Amino acid sequence: MPSPRYWREMPQRYRLEASQCTECGKVSFPPRIVCGCGARDFKKTNVSETGTIVSYTTIRVAPDAFVIQAPYNIAIVEADNGVRITTQVVDCAPEELAIGKKVKFVFRKLYEEGHCGIINYGYKAVLV
Amino acid sequence: MREVAVIGIGMTKFGELWTKSLRDIFVEAAMAAIDDAKVDQIGSMYVGSMTPGLFVGQEHIGALMADYLGTPSIPAMRVESACCSGGMAFRAGFFEVASGHTDVVLVGGVEKMNDGADVTYALATAADQEYEVYQGVTFPGLYALIARAHMHAYGTTREQMAAVSVKNHHNGSLNERAQFPREVTVEQVLNATLVADPLTMLECSPVSDGAACAILAPLAIAKKLSMPVIKVIGTGAATDTLALHAREDLTTLKAVKLSAQSAYKMAGVKPTDVSLAEVHDCFSIAEICIVEELGFVEKGKGGPFTEQGHTALDGKIPVNTSGGLKSKGHPVGATGIAQVCEIVEQLRGAAGKRQVKDPKIGIAQNMGGSGASSVVHVFKKE
Repeated sequence: MPSPRYWREMPQRYRLEASQCTECGKVSFPPRIVCGCGARDFKKTNVSETGTIVSYTTIRVAPDAFVIQAPYNIAIVEADNGVRITTQVVDCAPEELAIGKKVKFVFRKLYEEGHCGIINYGYKAVLV
Repeated sequence: MREVAVIGIGMTKFGELWTKSLRDIFVEAAMAAIDDAKVDQIGSMYVGSMTPGLFVGQEHIGALMADYLGTPSIPAMRVESACCSGGMAFRAGFFEVASGHTDVVLVGGVEKMNDGADVTYALATAADQEYEVYQGVTFPGLYALIARAHMHAYGTTREQMAAVSVKNHHNGSLNERAQFPREVTVEQVLNATLVADPLTMLECSPVSDGAACAILAPLAIAKKLSMPVIKVIGTGAATDTLALHAREDLTTLKAVKLSAQSAYKMAGVKPTDVSLAEVHDCFSIAEICIVEELGFVEKGKGGPFTEQGHTALDGKIPVNTSGGLKSKGHPVGATGIAQVCEIVEQLRGAAGKRQVKDPKIGIAQNMGGSGASSVVHVFKKE
């Protein structure tokens, strides 16, 4: 991932920054320029630090950049303020996952990119 | 708008076509379609292809294919909508003929996936690159998330999902163009290598090379030919959020539902009028969700409906008589047009051992990504 494309997303990847529509109150992650309701004014907010597993899987055949991590768990998590996020769920075995289980977001290394091994950081989730 | 008919179809065998290049397979399918239609010239061309740039390093394939087809001056462009690039190319060609602008239009699809690219990564570019793929998600992974949600919400079982693969492999065993023309059992599906839990390798469509083409013309031209006239009576397309997680309900493929409703409305038909359907079974769970969204069975009942044989060759509504993406193969850009080839063959009564008894109306449903785009076409034998 070229560096501008990476650092542009840092507020979301490092701090889970989101935007809340001042008209309808919907929280968008990542932030949007126009809300689904048509309004264009937002205030900055964050995705809640905890949430619930909506669905989950374990990836056993991975893209090249993630092969070293396979098998790894992926879940769609609904944060407590309603935002849904796709994330790895780490520090647990596949059989520990279930729909409805509580998780919290943590800051982790995601993968090393390219021949130079640029380290890409971001959010993952752990069971609570 | 003028009425439009499919006057010619042609496709390559799907599979690992090591000795043939991207351009070779497209031209092979295009020449087959041109010969089938018995036309001596085409006015314009749309080529559906998801990512020839990532698969073989080649973009700009509209012009490339026109050149190698021996028609280097005609308007030609590539159409892209991930795995429904072919279906969207068909739609673009349909409107060009219907508008009255051009009489004979070639619509095709092609993908060359076995030339050494990181296929899992290339396909994953159809998902949200920054917020899904960045986390390590794959396409089998996204459909596994849908599968788990469907199992949780409706009690769908792994055996019911496996029944999709068993049925489609049976149909594919009767299709000489299929990549894997052989039967599989429920036990083999369930015990195959896990790709993304709970989906096994035998629930995932394969990596394929292949091309398919169709020739579209106004009804007046079609009626002068000796072949049965197959009209395109409905087209519908729709989109949904690119990221699966952004949808209210993970088990609902809204774009499929909306594209079907739009196509049915234009065609003036109901789901119960449909004789057979080719649908986008990129993964076993996808076919279960799609038969629900197309209105063949109520929401949540797609699993038992499939397991009870209602979508089999001799069932209430035969689905994927060609073998589907699972057995026939899934060269992504070609799939939408290959579906059209099967429906046209069936409506002509020329599907051989796979022939459904006296079909009148067939539909083709082609889908991109985890359901972020979908296109449906309705065909009727005149």
